[in-house]
Formats: sequence, structure tokens, C-alpha cells
Amino acid sequence: MIQILLSIISGVAVGYAVRRSAFTKYVSRVIQIIILLLLFFLGVSVGSNKEVVNNFGAIGLDAFVIAALATLGSLIGARMVYKLFFERKKNDV
Amino acid sequence: MKESLLYLAVFAIGLVLALLGVLPDVLLSASISKWILYGLLFFVGIQIGSSKGAFLAIRSIGRRIVWVPVATTLGTFAAAAIASLILPLRSLTDCLSVGAGFAYYSLSSILISGYRGAELGTIALLANIFREFMVLVFAPWMVKHFGPLSPICAGGATTMDTTLPVITRYSGTDYVVVALFHGMIIDFSVPLWVSFFAGLG
Repeated sequence: MIQILLSIISGVAVGYAVRRSAFTKYVSRVIQIIILLLLFFLGVSVGSNKEVVNNFGAIGLDAFVIAALATLGSLIGARMVYKLFFERKKNDV
Repeated sequence: MKESLLYLAVFAIGLVLALLGVLPDVLLSASISKWILYGLLFFVGIQIGSSKGAFLAIRSIGRRIVWVPVATTLGTFAAAAIASLILPLRSLTDCLSVGAGFAYYSLSSILISGYRGAELGTIALLANIFREFMVLVFAPWMVKHFGPLSPICAGGATTMDTTLPVITRYSGTDYVVVALFHGMIIDFSVPLWVSFFAGLG
């Protein structure tokens, strides 16, 4: 937890310091490459974990249930906020 | 969509290579990915620190815009808590961690596998890809039944990039600024919420 927070906070500080430099244009590309690398490693650790491999169907079903409910929950939240704060003032959104 | 396929493909290649047992042991150690992960978070921090847009959006739409990410967050967490009641193998914090990915499947799956292992990491990857996929496919249905903010809340962290085109199309161009602001806030909150929930016992 502490390493995670330190990594983010030091990044924010550096990012703020260099916010006007051209370097920031490449940051999202760098992030994408690191993520690809990490997803490869995630695949490797899944593939070398017998328990996960043998339960892949059940894992997919759990993922689907969480995704469907989480999406539905946010849809209900969206509807409430729209009714409360946006609908009457439609014209100036 | 193209990007999620690329991510899934890279994940699948790693999986297949490990199944075939052709990888050297060095690659199987957890500490490499941990250090790469810290590097990733550092760059995510740089992105946060160097961005400007958020304050401009508040100025043009007014303070009610902040309720949109609040709705996304509370709606998602409430529903993820319900999911933990339905799924016998998943604890409350498991479901909240996966839900807190807000469709940012790459970062959330990596973080969660660091805290909770590859199984929950894989659930996070699949669940958050499903979430993005649902917005891309069902955005018109969402707008019809839940109003123009609904694909924005459903899209979570992706509303400033991959789902922005469908939001623009079905919610209308009036909502582009809302989607950008929302995506930015949720995007930044993902590593914080995921670390928080996954770090809880």
C-alpha cells in the first residue's frame, strides 16, 4: 500500500513540475507499453497456476456477474443524478 | 475495442506460453512484475500531475458535474456489494476491488493480482473488459431507459477515450465535456480505490 501511494504521489509531483514540457505527450504511450508488459506477465502467472486454469469457466462467470451488476448500479446512479440535477436545466448543459 | 483485443491477445499469449511450459523460471517470479507495477503507477501519477482539463470543465457546466462521478462510484460499489452476496466464493472486498476497476481493466487487473493473486486479477481483467464492452454495445439502450448520463456512468474510467465516441453519438455532443471530466476523475480514482479495497484484509 505504502509503495503504491509513494509511486503515485512522486509521479504527480514530477508530472506537475514538467507539465509544460513536450515529454508529457509520450506518457500515455509509455503507460500503454508497461501495461502490455504487465498483462503478459499476468497471463504467464495465470497459465502457470493450475487452480486458476482448471476453474476458468467459473472465474469468467463471476467476472460477468460482477460486471453486469456494477454496470446496472451505475446506470441507476446516472438516472438519479440526471433527474435531480440535469433534467430541469436541460438547455444549458 | 481494438485496444481491448490487443490487451486480451497479449494476456492470452502469456497464458499459452506458460501452459506450454516454454518460459524460463526467471519470468515466473512475482518480483519483476511488482517493480514494473511501481513504474507504471509513477507514470500514471505523471499523467495526473500534468493534466489540466478538469477545472475548465467545472467552470463551463457548473458544480453539478461533480455528481456524475459520485453516481458512478456509489452505484458501482452498492452493486458490487450485492454481487458479493450472490457469489459464494467472492468476499465483499474482492467484489469491491473488482468493481473499483471502473472498466480500467489493464491497471485494475494488474493491481489486484499484485494484492490478491492471479485468480482475482483475471476476474478483474474479464469483468472490466465486459463493462467497457457493454457500453460500446448497449449505449443506445442505456440512454433510452436511464437517460443521457447513463453510458457515462457505465463507462467508468473509459469515458475520456474508448467509449467517448458512442457517448457523443447517443447522449449528444452536449455531454462530451461531462464525459471527459467524468473519465478523468474516475481514471485517477481507480488506483486509489483498488489499493484501498484490495489492501483491506
